[in-house]
Amino acid sequence: MSALGRVVRSGVGRRRVSTLVILLATMMAVAASVLGGSLLVASSAPFDDAFADQHGAHLSVEFDADRTTAARLEASADTAGVAAASGPFRTVSAASEFGPLLAVVGRAEPEGAVDDVTLTSGRWATGPGEIVMSADLGMRPVGEQLEFPDLPGAPALTIVGTARSVTGTADAWVAPSQVAALTPPGTAGGYQMLYRFTEADTAAQITEGRAAVTAGVPEGAVTGARSWLTAKKEAERDTALYVPFLVAFGLLGLAMSALIVGNVVSGTVSSGLRRIGVLKAVGFTPAQVVRAHVAQALVPSAVGAAFGLVVGHLLAVPLLSDTETAYRTSALAVEPWVDVAVVAGVLGVVAATAWASAWRGGRLRTVDAIAVGRTGPTGRGRRAVRLAGRLPLPRPVALGLARPFARPARTLGVGAAVVFGAAAVTFTLGLGSSVDEVIAAKEHSTADVVVEFTPPEHSAAGPAPAPAEGPPEEPQTGLPELPDPARVTAVLDAQPGTRAHYGIAATEASVSGVSGAVTVRAFRGDASFGDYQMISGRWIEGPGEAVVPPPFLAATGTQVGDTVTVNGRGGAARVRIVGEVFDTRDDGMALFVDARTLTTTEPDLRPDRHEVAVTAGTDVARYVDALNTELEPLGLTARPGGSEPGAGSDSSAALKALAALLTLTLVAVAALGVLNGVLLDTRERVRELGVHRALGMTPRQVVAMVVTSVVLTGLAGGALGVPLGVALHHEVIPAMGDSAGYHLPDSVITVYGAGELALLALGGVLIAVLGALLPAGWAARTRTATALRTE
Amino acid sequence: MPTPVIELQQVTRRYDDGPPALRDASLTVLPGEAVAILGPSGSGKSTLLNLVAGLDRPDTGTVTVDGVRVDDMGEAASARLRRAKIGMVFQFFNLLDDLTVTDNVLLPAQLAGTPRAEAHRHAAELLQALGIDRHAHTYPGRLSGGERQRVAIARALMNRPPLLLADEPTGALDTASGQDVSRLLADLNADGQTLVVVTHDVGLAESCTHRTVRLTDGRITADTASRDTASRDIASHGTASADIVSEQAR
Repeated sequence: MSALGRVVRSGVGRRRVSTLVILLATMMAVAASVLGGSLLVASSAPFDDAFADQHGAHLSVEFDADRTTAARLEASADTAGVAAASGPFRTVSAASEFGPLLAVVGRAEPEGAVDDVTLTSGRWATGPGEIVMSADLGMRPVGEQLEFPDLPGAPALTIVGTARSVTGTADAWVAPSQVAALTPPGTAGGYQMLYRFTEADTAAQITEGRAAVTAGVPEGAVTGARSWLTAKKEAERDTALYVPFLVAFGLLGLAMSALIVGNVVSGTVSSGLRRIGVLKAVGFTPAQVVRAHVAQALVPSAVGAAFGLVVGHLLAVPLLSDTETAYRTSALAVEPWVDVAVVAGVLGVVAATAWASAWRGGRLRTVDAIAVGRTGPTGRGRRAVRLAGRLPLPRPVALGLARPFARPARTLGVGAAVVFGAAAVTFTLGLGSSVDEVIAAKEHSTADVVVEFTPPEHSAAGPAPAPAEGPPEEPQTGLPELPDPARVTAVLDAQPGTRAHYGIAATEASVSGVSGAVTVRAFRGDASFGDYQMISGRWIEGPGEAVVPPPFLAATGTQVGDTVTVNGRGGAARVRIVGEVFDTRDDGMALFVDARTLTTTEPDLRPDRHEVAVTAGTDVARYVDALNTELEPLGLTARPGGSEPGAGSDSSAALKALAALLTLTLVAVAALGVLNGVLLDTRERVRELGVHRALGMTPRQVVAMVVTSVVLTGLAGGALGVPLGVALHHEVIPAMGDSAGYHLPDSVITVYGAGELALLALGGVLIAVLGALLPAGWAARTRTATALRTE
Repeated sequence: MPTPVIELQQVTRRYDDGPPALRDASLTVLPGEAVAILGPSGSGKSTLLNLVAGLDRPDTGTVTVDGVRVDDMGEAASARLRRAKIGMVFQFFNLLDDLTVTDNVLLPAQLAGTPRAEAHRHAAELLQALGIDRHAHTYPGRLSGGERQRVAIARALMNRPPLLLADEPTGALDTASGQDVSRLLADLNADGQTLVVVTHDVGLAESCTHRTVRLTDGRITADTASRDTASRDIASHGTASADIVSEQAR
């Protein structure tokens, strides 16, 4: 082995702590970068990527099986302009025990030329009695049964898997032979054809393609069609929320990785300057010295990078699974080029920083380089030591407090790690609070008691079951059973403990200038306690006024203060928009008005839901029981208020889980940065520590001194990191809202309290102390006799 | 007989698989004695010093300092013992370069929790007594070797320890400074300070101590009263025993 090789080998082997720290730092950096990079890649165009990966259908067309044949549909695959086709698949709309009709498709296998359906759990349905559910429905877990009570024999199918189609071509899939059993008597069911076109970038091209593939079928045979552009629009409206968040975290992860690795390597090489002097003294050229130290840093880095890839992939599995849920896509995986780029990038940073540090050492005069390890500090920080010495603090604490001033560059490195860590924690906590605020603002769940209309067939058997999905109140269809609101009001007013209440009725109306129906929510009573978050303007105060969500304003080109005409079944009403409210239901195409506004347009409109606030000290459970007794004759049921079951959607949960995982990773990286800084400092000061120990400093005092040495840095890092995190939050959260077409109310953005911010700033100290504990323990355990012999 | 300041009984210390650095050593040092531990490199001098200072533990045998067993003490207890009972002086001074002379000297008192005013007063007295009071606010890097060693001695004496251990205290000094430090140690002993000096410098041993313990390959091979004729080669016995010390004392 050459002299250089021996030097590298001995450097790696003898300097075990440095080697281990470089290995760990590289591992964490690679793991964090793999996560960050994967998130950035996944966020760039999640729908497009999933669509390409799964050969999504540009057009899915549903046919009436009574009016066409499978052979004729099969032939449509040969139409000019069709690049690929799958089908025909037998289809049926079947009502499950949960109520809504499920679009069930008979497919023998998930793969195909078009629309590769991706299994997210379990397996594909291969025979009778089995069903695969869409992962987006989340009805029941794999292994349980799903009943179809309205079908002859009430078949129950076992859920054997969940799957996801990028364009949502079905709610469930069964084996083709199963379709017949799910088809209601007297109906023929249908067929589904999935097409990819050679040109499908615009709606016109899709329309042209649709005309071509349906030209050969009889009129009326086409029962429905769905363009991939529609699916893309829907998907991107959801994913738009996540992109700014994931991009912010991805960039934070990459920046921290580069910082920590650079810091660790430069610190480690710098701490070996005396060794560089010795190497030069025995005849190594400066270039050889540089090569030796670069190699010395690269060996553990390469091992760390390998471990980091493994850890990164392991962490990416749940993370990308959450991202899949958030993006409603499938099969997100770490791209191989991300691995290559991350490893190359991190090793590049290692090589560059090692080269720069070793180059500096290589250029030192040999005698100076040798002296580096023996001479004491350069004199920096003495004033701090003197000042700290005057404080009424135990000497070890005072010495620790002054320590950061002795090595300002290292302190900056440690501080930067803390700043990033504190910023990440602040951002994540703020994000979690904002998500909670969004959920609360969406759900308006401040009522103590909710009174809802219960269909007669359920009222005898007890409380109505919770709806499987959807908002709490749906546009009513004029059910005659809805009680007279005056009677409900009388019951509520008479009930001891009632503080306030209001009723909500929902209907659909058209609004001039808007295509399609708009949901109108009419309030009867004082809804001021309803927690409707205003973005601008004010809440409705009487008839003729309306508040609307931002998408409504955008769609109608109106603003607060404008007047719009609402056309109902009974006529038209003009309403003035007095405020902008945060409400995401109905894609924001809704009007909130006083019920008296609709007296002429919807004379029969009655509330199907009442929200009640009780007086302080009222026992809600007893109140509900008593109220139910009074309400039963009216066909209404009361229940305690609060969030609806499943109010925090999968996406919200996924977002919070992502944030928690990423924050843990970033905090770990930050703590590692601190650990490295303190470790280098402790190694440098080992003789000094020995002196302290020889003079009678106890191990506990040593720990106190070392830990205290990062407290000021932690405080400063926290003090800088928290505003940085808040600033990031205030940039990212509104960007997330804007992407989804919403201006967010202040309550969603202003989520940090003064006390919380102070605690977060102290979190910087926590990160610093966590990072310093290990080297502090090492310092306390170092044998004094050994330390005193150390040059 | 007064309580010995140091008492080693049948002490052996072995590092890894090598031969014992110190084997079966017994040694007693009485209050007011000045003892030189003499021997070549690798003879076990530093091991013996570390064991006495509670910086290391023996494999077998017992070590007692001022009546307190140190061989079975925990780290914190031995640190407190050093604080209270042992002052240490090193070859390379081991001053803290970012502390002024006064702050270096104050350090043991501050660790021991001595009241601030009392500590400052005693530090000033020591600096004056050792002739370095004009350097009180100077950093050690600006002092000569001899001056640094005086600061180190002042620091070692700060908590009025019954035992002063000096490890090659003149090893890094020029001849004049070395003699200066040697005189200072002798003066301290003359004032009643118990002194153990580890050195390979026979001149230093003769100038500031009145008893020499020789170590060879980890064994105590001689225990000699250097200021009178009563010396006894104990190579054949392998240990220096308490009755020899008693005899010397007589």
